[in-house]
Amino acid sequence: MKDKVRFDKSPWVVHFNCNSCNGCDIELLACLSPLYDLERFGIVHVGNPKHADVLVVTGSVNYRNARVLKNVYDQMPHPKVVVAMGVCAATGGVFRECYNVLGGVEKVVPVDVFVPGCPSRPEAMMDGILQAAAKLDEKRRNPDVPVAVSTDTVVRLPAPEAARPALPADTASALATPMEKIA
Amino acid sequence: MNKLTLAIGAVVLAPFIGGLIQGFDRVLTARMQGRKGPPLLQPFYDILKLLRKERVVVNSQQILYAYMHLAMMVLALFMLFMGQDALMLLFILAFSTLSLVLGGMSVRSPYSRIGAQREIMMMVAYEPILILMVIGMYLVNGNFRLQAVFEAERPLLLSMPLLFLAYLTVVMIKFQKSPFDLATSHHAHQEIVKGLTLEFAGPCLGVIEIAHCYEVAFFLGLVGLFWLSNFWIAAVLMGGVFVLSLLLDNLCARLTTIWMFRFMWSVALGLALTNIVWLYWH
Repeated sequence: MKDKVRFDKSPWVVHFNCNSCNGCDIELLACLSPLYDLERFGIVHVGNPKHADVLVVTGSVNYRNARVLKNVYDQMPHPKVVVAMGVCAATGGVFRECYNVLGGVEKVVPVDVFVPGCPSRPEAMMDGILQAAAKLDEKRRNPDVPVAVSTDTVVRLPAPEAARPALPADTASALATPMEKIA
Repeated sequence: MNKLTLAIGAVVLAPFIGGLIQGFDRVLTARMQGRKGPPLLQPFYDILKLLRKERVVVNSQQILYAYMHLAMMVLALFMLFMGQDALMLLFILAFSTLSLVLGGMSVRSPYSRIGAQREIMMMVAYEPILILMVIGMYLVNGNFRLQAVFEAERPLLLSMPLLFLAYLTVVMIKFQKSPFDLATSHHAHQEIVKGLTLEFAGPCLGVIEIAHCYEVAFFLGLVGLFWLSNFWIAAVLMGGVFVLSLLLDNLCARLTTIWMFRFMWSVALGLALTNIVWLYWH
């Protein structure tokens, strides 16, 4: 009777839209439709990070939403996995050169699975979520299980200095700065 | 002694039966919506997963309220099978729901509090019907103890048809089905996120889910009380009520609390009172 519980049988997904054009979000919602039906894998789309096992992030991270994303991630009970959905969540995508954009999701939270595409296809999304969910069991036993990209190994994206106004230079200080300071 | 064994057996089996019913509910709902739906055992996977998650609580009272909700629900089911006093049973049942409301109120999240307030409104809406149902049982059998219902020859449904209809709405409310899924629901995230159970996470939520399995078993069991003399008719009644509640759930939108209140205190209460008057003069 050693550890029969399987977390991948009921991964509850919370979806956070960072800075997305809504394309990936619409495709994620398409996964819930009768055609794809995410619920057949036991996946429930919850609105509350406290109930969730999988955090699905769409869109790139910017100075305003970095701390919100961190907050959502921190509220999820262990074990938890993160899926970066679409190319914006992976690298910043078409927004990566914007003055306010920090880059991909991995700048703020450790990412387990990157799903490519602009937007990702629903099939790829389902596959990504299930692959991430498969890591939940391992993560419960060992919280330090390797992730695809962790926050410490990230190479920061070079941004054009001229385009960037006087804002905190990197994610850590962006997270530390109170909201009013950068408004 | 036989009754005690039965009651203990019911308490042990109820979460499994309730879980299976909920699993069937999810499959059937999915089929009604043209989807494949989760596996039948999905509620068990969910509960086992929740129990293994990290314990995240806002305050320590929350844990107490979650367990109290479960304990009172178990006690209510035990009392039902022991044929205890029906009035006492109602109080235990109300206490169970009240623990959940207190748990929802013990945190500062507005969504949780809105859910808790709605749950209180739901209790206000359905409690009179349950009390009238118990009074109906008294008028039929001359005793508040459920044992009298067990021993009665004539099925309760023949004496209390309108109360049975009123009780259907109570079942809909307790199962959190549309149009009454106001306090907590998987479908209402845009509105109240998760309502009453918002701030419960991990094992605490698992305990509440187990309590809900008991709740489902209890309220369907109470349906069976309307035709105890024949097991098959009781089973058909329970199945009918279950399928009807699912059908209405998929047909209806979620309506407002005040609508529910007006409906319950006019139509459902009217049905129940008419039945009581009829029983009184019968």
